[in-house]
Amino acid sequence: MNIYAQNILDHYKTPRNFGSISGAQIKHSEANYSCGDKLSVDIKLEADVVSDIKFKGTGCAISQAAMSILTEDVMGKTKKYILNLKFDYLQKLLGVPVSESRYKCAVLGLMTIQNALKMKGNKKN
Amino acid sequence: MQIRKNFPLLKNKISNKQIIYFDNSATTQKPQIVIDAVTDFYENKNSNVHRSINPLAEIATREYEAARIAVRKFINAKKNNEIIFTSGATDGLNLVANILGKGVLKKDDVIVLSMAEHHANIIPWLMLKEAIGIKLEYIQIQKNYRLDIGQVKRILNNKKVRVLSIQHASNVLGIINPIKDLINICKKNNIISIIDAAASIAHTKINVQSLDCDFLVFSGHKIFAPTGVGVLYGKEDLLNRLPAWKGGGDMIREVSFEGFSVAELPYKFEAGTPHIAGVIGLGRALEFLESMGFKYIKQQELILTRYFLKAISKLNFIDLVGPFNIQDRLPIFSFSVQGVHPHDIADLLGERGIITRAGHHCVQPLHDKLSLPATLRASLSFYNTTEEIDIFVKEIIKIHKMFI
Repeated sequence: MNIYAQNILDHYKTPRNFGSISGAQIKHSEANYSCGDKLSVDIKLEADVVSDIKFKGTGCAISQAAMSILTEDVMGKTKKYILNLKFDYLQKLLGVPVSESRYKCAVLGLMTIQNALKMKGNKKN
Repeated sequence: MQIRKNFPLLKNKISNKQIIYFDNSATTQKPQIVIDAVTDFYENKNSNVHRSINPLAEIATREYEAARIAVRKFINAKKNNEIIFTSGATDGLNLVANILGKGVLKKDDVIVLSMAEHHANIIPWLMLKEAIGIKLEYIQIQKNYRLDIGQVKRILNNKKVRVLSIQHASNVLGIINPIKDLINICKKNNIISIIDAAASIAHTKINVQSLDCDFLVFSGHKIFAPTGVGVLYGKEDLLNRLPAWKGGGDMIREVSFEGFSVAELPYKFEAGTPHIAGVIGLGRALEFLESMGFKYIKQQELILTRYFLKAISKLNFIDLVGPFNIQDRLPIFSFSVQGVHPHDIADLLGERGIITRAGHHCVQPLHDKLSLPATLRASLSFYNTTEEIDIFVKEIIKIHKMFI
């Protein structure tokens, strides 16, 4: 099974949690400048638990599908849990091996969500 | 096709599919004769050049200098000492920018570039801008992807313009610029002309004497030679007048604790041990090309260009970034496929043994101008075939279907 498995293409064509949240406490965006993948995320936290998450983005199927899959996964999880997620976890979620050349695409979503949550943390401090 | 047999890598397979190598603008494949020359050097002749008096050094030096003569003949330079070996076109452009920056350029002098330049012909100038306050001006690309010659004339008439540094051909658009006309305008206005021939060198004959450019650079690896070697051609009087840049062994005549005097050309600009095997390989690659002749190369590439453009013009989901007009055009095709990111296409083509490049091809400002984050590029060479184009197009159609 390759990285363009039906699951990935499905999330790319019809991304879940696509859009924005008005009045979200956390808004953050990241990009891979070398290839033009862009992701922005809105997160609503209630007592450090993600109560809503929405994203918008453009770019390759891997970057967009990975973000869509991640938003489904992190919904209802705690900030601490999400900040501890590593690439291996993402790879399992995607269900397909990610080659070195596509690592940056796959990991952009996780980076966007984690950096968004870290920024909020910084503000509190 | 007999000539294709000279390139061993093209016989290989990837995931059981015959390799289709469509990434020749990134780097070309190497003929056996070049691979053998490099191996032979390390097996039988390896030693340093221009240094010790011993039989091995003598052979190495002789072969290294024979390659210089091969380059001189290949681009029809007047003298051997106008050929400086570099590590590539990037190194050559950095060298010229730096010696001009040290030797002749002053604050507010204007350097003219085109909007489609490779990063290697933008960043050294941006660095000079930071260091000494030169200014940059860019020639626009018109809707037909060609340079705006009217604008070129207006810009080059500005008395502040000291240098025009421009690509012979675009590694994204595939266009060949009318450099002879541009150089003529430079002559009239006393402007130093620098030609970046990295994208064109494998496709079209270069004659520096008839072009009458002041400098010209290219990379060896884009003309079937090893990576890490390139050429800077410069007119002898200019090279003599300009100061050295890199310091080290080979570039000096005399050194004391207090000072140094520089060596004669071309060694003045060749500090440190060069890529000797690479230079010898470059010489061999040029001889290989000469034996085949540019007439043959042009003929083959014209067939491929026509065929490719015709094939993709039938696909309404492809947007070509470059002219459909085959005049002054190389077999370099950048395009986007509606609904599919170029990285996804390149990845999927790769699984089918088709080697392309996706990205901005080190030409980000042009992509920004065209509002494209990235494109897919198929860049062909004389050793490619129309059958390969057929397979490529078939696969592109399949991939597009996956995504809609």
